[in-house]
Amino acid sequence: MAACGPDRTEGEAIGEPVIMHDAGNPQRLQRAVDDLSSGFGLWRLAWALASGDIKERYRGSVLGPLWLTLSTALMLGMLGVLYAKLFRIDLASYLPWLSASLVIWGVLLQSVNDACITMTSSEGVIRQMPLPYTLHALRAVFRNALVAAHNLPLILIVLALFGIMPGWEALMAIPGLILLAFCAFWAGLLFGAVCARFRDIPPIIASIMQIAFFMTPIIWKPELVGHWQPWLPLNPFYSMMEIVRAPLLGRPFPLIEWVASLVYSGLLGVAAFALFARFRNRIAFWV
Amino acid sequence: MARIEAQGLSIDYPLYHHNGRSLKKRLLGNGPGRLKADSGSTVAVAALRSLDFVIERGERVALIGPNGAGKSTLLRALAGIYEPAGGRLTLQGTIASLIDPNAGVNALLTGRENIALHCLYRGLKGEEAERFTEYAVSFADLGEFIDLPIRGYSAGMNIRLGFALATAKAPAILLMDEWLAAGDQNFMKKADQRLGELVGQAEILVIATHSMDIVNKWCTRAIHMEGGRIVDDVPLTRPAPEADEVETAPSVA
Repeated sequence: MAACGPDRTEGEAIGEPVIMHDAGNPQRLQRAVDDLSSGFGLWRLAWALASGDIKERYRGSVLGPLWLTLSTALMLGMLGVLYAKLFRIDLASYLPWLSASLVIWGVLLQSVNDACITMTSSEGVIRQMPLPYTLHALRAVFRNALVAAHNLPLILIVLALFGIMPGWEALMAIPGLILLAFCAFWAGLLFGAVCARFRDIPPIIASIMQIAFFMTPIIWKPELVGHWQPWLPLNPFYSMMEIVRAPLLGRPFPLIEWVASLVYSGLLGVAAFALFARFRNRIAFWV
Repeated sequence: MARIEAQGLSIDYPLYHHNGRSLKKRLLGNGPGRLKADSGSTVAVAALRSLDFVIERGERVALIGPNGAGKSTLLRALAGIYEPAGGRLTLQGTIASLIDPNAGVNALLTGRENIALHCLYRGLKGEEAERFTEYAVSFADLGEFIDLPIRGYSAGMNIRLGFALATAKAPAILLMDEWLAAGDQNFMKKADQRLGELVGQAEILVIATHSMDIVNKWCTRAIHMEGGRIVDDVPLTRPAPEADEVETAPSVA
């Protein structure tokens, strides 16, 4: 492919691009930065691929991507009734909480799962075309953003059903979602590469996520842990969820959770960039 | 001015997802074979072993040799997909690779949608994309099939579309793997002509091939590879054909 490579300057008019690969001087940092910038330059392609992924999944179905919304709605309804019966909680106080939690957890879980297969699922393209790896991570983020856009409105619908109208402070969920997307992107580069190299990592992450589902306040409320509650932000999943969930449910502004989330995101970004820069040129051999 | 230079270019192809333990034992302390034990628990194939060559502007190079000689790996290294594990590789000029005509093609999209997707892959926008699309549509010449999902295409139609996508824009350095196998007689003629034009326009052509026809028709130099090494590098006396026609040949590039 012309002019898509991570390491080349585009356009013949500017002058002939010169590409140099020198194993003795791999310029890893520079190439990783180039990969990121040319990958983001191809955001239109990432978007087209992501929406293609969604359409492909629901090809020929009558409702199409609306199934995303419908199946989540069905699950929320059934679980809400069941848990309210089991735990004898008032449905009006429990179902909004459960809906917000499950939908946001779904976004988070899907992002982590997709991060693990970012590179391996693009194997065919990686081996045939010189494209920036950033593109594949971006594609996964866009794909999950599209899925989220089909599910997040359900939270508002459930709230409306119970006569709760979130105020303007609900908009504070948006920066939370943006931070989530930031993390999903770096996770895609980090886990995408690591999982391509070590094929035991995806099942390990899957079981961690299963445990995390029960360890994180999703089906139970954080107040239930009593004096342990101040320690909850140590759980990154809790912090990342709470910065989106709290504003939607009209809970107090999650300051500590925000600080924790920013710290986790920063660490993830630094770790991902370092690993990506070091091993970027090996990914084509790993997938 | 397009130019390719390789100095001591080496690529090891690691085989990670394969239980290399027992194989590794056998390989430990071995001699000249191509499989070797890595520092860890992995086994690697020395796909390219210290290649030195320079390809100057105007050369049309055929990579020949048996299966597994390293031809495709070398093409991928030139395309920038595999970065060298050892040595240096310098390339001057825009590069296009026709390694796999179906790479990046989505079988559920229509021919036209795939062309649009391909424009995005190449980073083409606006007018450039329009010209590319126009050319690809007319060259593939699929009639009404262009608006049908390509999973309903015949093998020949797929080749036509793939070929149209791959050749619609002429690069300075053209890398090709031999894949033009199917397609009806009529199309083969057209493809032949287009390739001739492209080869004429490209400043450098590197093609991996088994076909002596292609070598004789287009190439000015043959690099014979075996076991990841260059065993022979000979100029071919025959000059590049169709050199005069090229000036007037239409192209979107």
